[in-house]
Amino acid sequence: MSNILTLVTFLPLIGALVLILVLRGEDAAAQLNAKVVALIATTATFLLSLVILGGFDASDTGFQFVEEGEWLLGLNYKLGVDGISVLFVMLTTFLMPIVIGASWGVTHRVKEYMAAFLVLETLMIGVFASLDMVLFYLFFEAGLIPMFLIIGIWGGANRIYASFKFFLYTLLGSLLMLVAMIYMYAEAGTSDIPTLLAYEFSAAPITLLGWHIVGGVQTMLWLAFFASFAVKMPMWPVHTWLPDAHVQAPTAGSVVLAAILLKMGGYGFLRFSLPMFPVASELMTDFVFALSVIAIIYTSLVAMMQEDMKKLIAYSSVAHMGFVTLGIFAANRQGVDGAIFQMLSHGFISGALFLIVGVIYDRMHTRDIAAYGGLAVRMPAFALIFMLFTMGNVGLPGTSGFIGEFLTMAGAFQVSTWAAAGAATGVILSAGYALWLYRRVVLGDLIKQSLSAITDMTGRERLLFAPLVVGTLLLGFYPSLITDLFGPAVQNLVNGVDHAVAEATADGLIQFAGAAPAAGGTH
Amino acid sequence: MLESLVLFILLAPFAGALIAGFGWRFTGEKGAMLVTTGIMMVAAVFAWIVLIALPEGAESLSLFRWIDSGTLAIDWGIRLDRMTSVMLVVVCSVSALVHLYSMGYMEEDEAKPRFFAYLSFFSFAMLALVTGDNLLQLFFGWEGVGVASYLLIGFWWKKPSANAAAMKAFIVNRVGDFGFLLGIFTLYMMTDSIELDVIFGQAHHLAESTVTFLWTDWNAAELACFLLFIGAMGKSAQFMLHTWLPDAMEGPTPVSALIHAATMVTAGVFLVCRMSPIMEYAPMATGFITVVGGVTAFFAATVGLVQTDIKRVIAYSTCSQLGYMFVAAGVGYYQAAMFHLFTHAFFKALLFLGAGSVIHAMHHEQDMRKYGGLRKKIPVTFAMMMLGTLAITGVGIPFSYDILGLPIGFAGFVSKDAIIEGAYAAHSAVGEFSFTLLVIAAAFTSFYSWRLIFLTFYGETRDRKHWEHAHESPAVMMWPLYILGAGAVLAGMVFFSGFIGYSSEDWFGAAIYVNHETNHVMHDSHSVPAWVKLSPFVAMLGGLAVSYWFYIANPNLPRELAERHHGAYKFLLNKWYFDELYGLIFVRPAMWLGAFFWKKGDGSVVDGAINGLAMGVIPWVTRLAGRGQSGYVFHYAFVMLIGVSILVTWLSVGGSAH
Repeated sequence: MSNILTLVTFLPLIGALVLILVLRGEDAAAQLNAKVVALIATTATFLLSLVILGGFDASDTGFQFVEEGEWLLGLNYKLGVDGISVLFVMLTTFLMPIVIGASWGVTHRVKEYMAAFLVLETLMIGVFASLDMVLFYLFFEAGLIPMFLIIGIWGGANRIYASFKFFLYTLLGSLLMLVAMIYMYAEAGTSDIPTLLAYEFSAAPITLLGWHIVGGVQTMLWLAFFASFAVKMPMWPVHTWLPDAHVQAPTAGSVVLAAILLKMGGYGFLRFSLPMFPVASELMTDFVFALSVIAIIYTSLVAMMQEDMKKLIAYSSVAHMGFVTLGIFAANRQGVDGAIFQMLSHGFISGALFLIVGVIYDRMHTRDIAAYGGLAVRMPAFALIFMLFTMGNVGLPGTSGFIGEFLTMAGAFQVSTWAAAGAATGVILSAGYALWLYRRVVLGDLIKQSLSAITDMTGRERLLFAPLVVGTLLLGFYPSLITDLFGPAVQNLVNGVDHAVAEATADGLIQFAGAAPAAGGTH
Repeated sequence: MLESLVLFILLAPFAGALIAGFGWRFTGEKGAMLVTTGIMMVAAVFAWIVLIALPEGAESLSLFRWIDSGTLAIDWGIRLDRMTSVMLVVVCSVSALVHLYSMGYMEEDEAKPRFFAYLSFFSFAMLALVTGDNLLQLFFGWEGVGVASYLLIGFWWKKPSANAAAMKAFIVNRVGDFGFLLGIFTLYMMTDSIELDVIFGQAHHLAESTVTFLWTDWNAAELACFLLFIGAMGKSAQFMLHTWLPDAMEGPTPVSALIHAATMVTAGVFLVCRMSPIMEYAPMATGFITVVGGVTAFFAATVGLVQTDIKRVIAYSTCSQLGYMFVAAGVGYYQAAMFHLFTHAFFKALLFLGAGSVIHAMHHEQDMRKYGGLRKKIPVTFAMMMLGTLAITGVGIPFSYDILGLPIGFAGFVSKDAIIEGAYAAHSAVGEFSFTLLVIAAAFTSFYSWRLIFLTFYGETRDRKHWEHAHESPAVMMWPLYILGAGAVLAGMVFFSGFIGYSSEDWFGAAIYVNHETNHVMHDSHSVPAWVKLSPFVAMLGGLAVSYWFYIANPNLPRELAERHHGAYKFLLNKWYFDELYGLIFVRPAMWLGAFFWKKGDGSVVDGAINGLAMGVIPWVTRLAGRGQSGYVFHYAFVMLIGVSILVTWLSVGGSAH
């Protein structure tokens, strides 16, 4: 199967087409059919993607399953995965059947809803599998459209404001990235990502409008990409769209947003910023570290004060993404390994936490923390699962949450002890907000009249959590299962960055490792 | 052979936890209790076999890979040496007895399987901690016991106070973990490994290296030891990070005996002793440990003087005894630290379980002001508590070691006096400082321990209704007391020669490293002046005498004293106002900052800027897109379309130009 990646990427889209073109009607049977079709499409995609995983050779640090072809207007169609991207493809295909399963209770325009998610899946896989810059851009930006629809049509009361905010944030970043891409094409003469990865963009200082810019072109390009990826991560201070988007999105939308869409920013850093602009990345390390540590401390404190469950988890996501950016720009093996691990692990844990909110939201139709309390009395299974993922969220060893945090901090410590020490305070703060949330929702006596008839999780709900529970614990106890897959590719990436930085230092383009950042620096 | 025993000891409790936690519907409540208790008993027998049969060397057994990231390669593994085997005995023995005891104590609870699952899970995590062959596995166990402690403190989760105490324990421990993690990172950066053997092999190198940490340069060994000790302070409730331990008494009493007296809280001491090969090269850090230990011993003892809740008295006593252990470890007398850890496990578990028996008899009343005269009602419990008190206050025959070659006395007499002598024999400023505090603390210990006995068992009852119904506990609760009672009497004398006698060096083998060029504390401690040897004994007698005078001879005196020195009394009763202080300088500012960042930072500044930008940008985009079209999705798609068009045009034009 030489076109397996294309199949995996577009199979969900085919499912969506089937839904839109074939299915008719809005009655219960049609709704069930739509759900079943979506479930089959996503499950089939997952099974098919296992072929990629099975055939993936981790010792080969290049791209595998590469497919290439002519496309519209002389553009190139090129897909492929390497150690860094393959697990993001797997994360997407693994989570989507769970997302569909979590939407079983939807009754409003089911067909369109399912189609939106299937289209979204295609676009997300496309982002991780694209080996052509234009293709990447298309997938990257187009992915927001179904997300908009999901929030805008099936979202909460204040959905217009949320999408408005989302739109504004993304606008500026996308345009800057586009300009950078055009420049790169003009400079390197290709939009082919593997070629661009091998291309050396100049890091010679330039003077622009009277500003002396260390790192020159690389710094400019880096900043342009940063504008887009930082919003997507999201990094402090451009994170404020996320809590609103989460609060307004339906449960399944929140799961996709937290578990997969946020990872596109981190993936972008790993695919473009770090390998293509290594000198600029080195120059910007202190800047990114500062933002990351602020994100961890600031959003953890904000999370502590939230009254809405989804907002609390959204803020905690921003804090966890702070570890990711910290690890990526530590640019050493432990840091990048940890960043990738943290993203995958966060996919499981935050996904599960949003599902957990969904479970009680479906019953009580409120996300207000104060409306709950003492749920353990009537929902012991729920209490157990919530406890497990709370512990995953605070990074308890034995859960996958710990490995990512530990590795990113171990990596960052070697670059900046300040950053590592700052990030480690997140270890304390996360325990604060996560346990407090758990206490207010689950513990205590059940005294609220409204909760007196609440029921424990159904079989379907338990089934949804099962794979996430297994994944979180398995990766906590045996993380080598996946670090073996991306380890060699990460080592290769790190070596490349080290090499480029050493060369630039030798050429006198930059002063020394860890020099003060050129623009927008904090020191 | 020994390895397979250790493997069983480590993994069987975990299996037990799973069976009790998830399989109790099949085994029944009784079955869950019997399975977990049975497993722990077998493990305890095995642990004693391992202790007796273990040769001196250290062995490492690798199980399977854990983390593999460049040079950071970590296996799940077992380290088997004397330190490990001593801890195995302590953990398994106390855990088995507490399991057994709980079958009686928790009789009327409705969630027995959950309780036993937690207990067994705790045992597993604690065993993973003590068998860890690398710092990260140690940390795994460290956090595992933290979570077990959280679950067990909050076992009665309908009680708000229990939930608050559980959270507090977890979060304060995390403050310590913050230091522990940074310590691990430091060692990894300096040695490129977190395997204990590799780190120990580079102790010399560490002592001669400097490392930049935060604002300044540090000696690497000093920094690593200091940071690891921050972790130990949290787990072992040392001064400033102690506030969680008294509150942890919200948990069921068997939990207090197992976790908050005998095992988990001693993990910090274990860590410091385990790291002895680097500690020996970190004089500043160990000096700090000595001071903190001494201050804790003194501070906790002063608070213990006035507490009225029977469990809180014992909790502060635990805190204080842990201070003794840290003083020993700080002055380089690791063997004595481990010895006191060992004996303390017996007599402190005895005191807690005895207190549990009293509480059980008095219908869960914990206020000693409502006790009195229980000697006649529960004489066996009284006798066992008496043994525990004789042990903790350090009753024995002074100078018996000089005459007979073996100290004659209760467990605490042998191990605690060794620590006090060691502190003196360190011949350092910090050693003398802590020596003074420890002797004073010994007097206080004696006072509050006897006060507990007098208030509870002597005099007239102060709550006749409960007193009338008081009855001795059932046999499953009494047998653990007998066994621990035997330990409280004998553990000191029997194990003296192994831990701190002349065969100590062989017995510990490679498990404890002592740098003989700089550290003579063990040798010197055997030849301290007579007044030093006598001082803890005199302090003990003094405490007993005052306690007798206050609570038997002249029972009105304490109240008069409290009224006359109201300020000092309040200060002690409120635990030096640490909770209030922390609330003021940490909790409230954190919440204020959180609210400030949320409302002002995110709300006014960031969103304000975005909204301001929107006012400028949106009309422009809207004009471009055509007014009144179908909303933002359309705008977005439109902008993207323009972008793609530009790109495609560029590519087409550029492509043809090439």
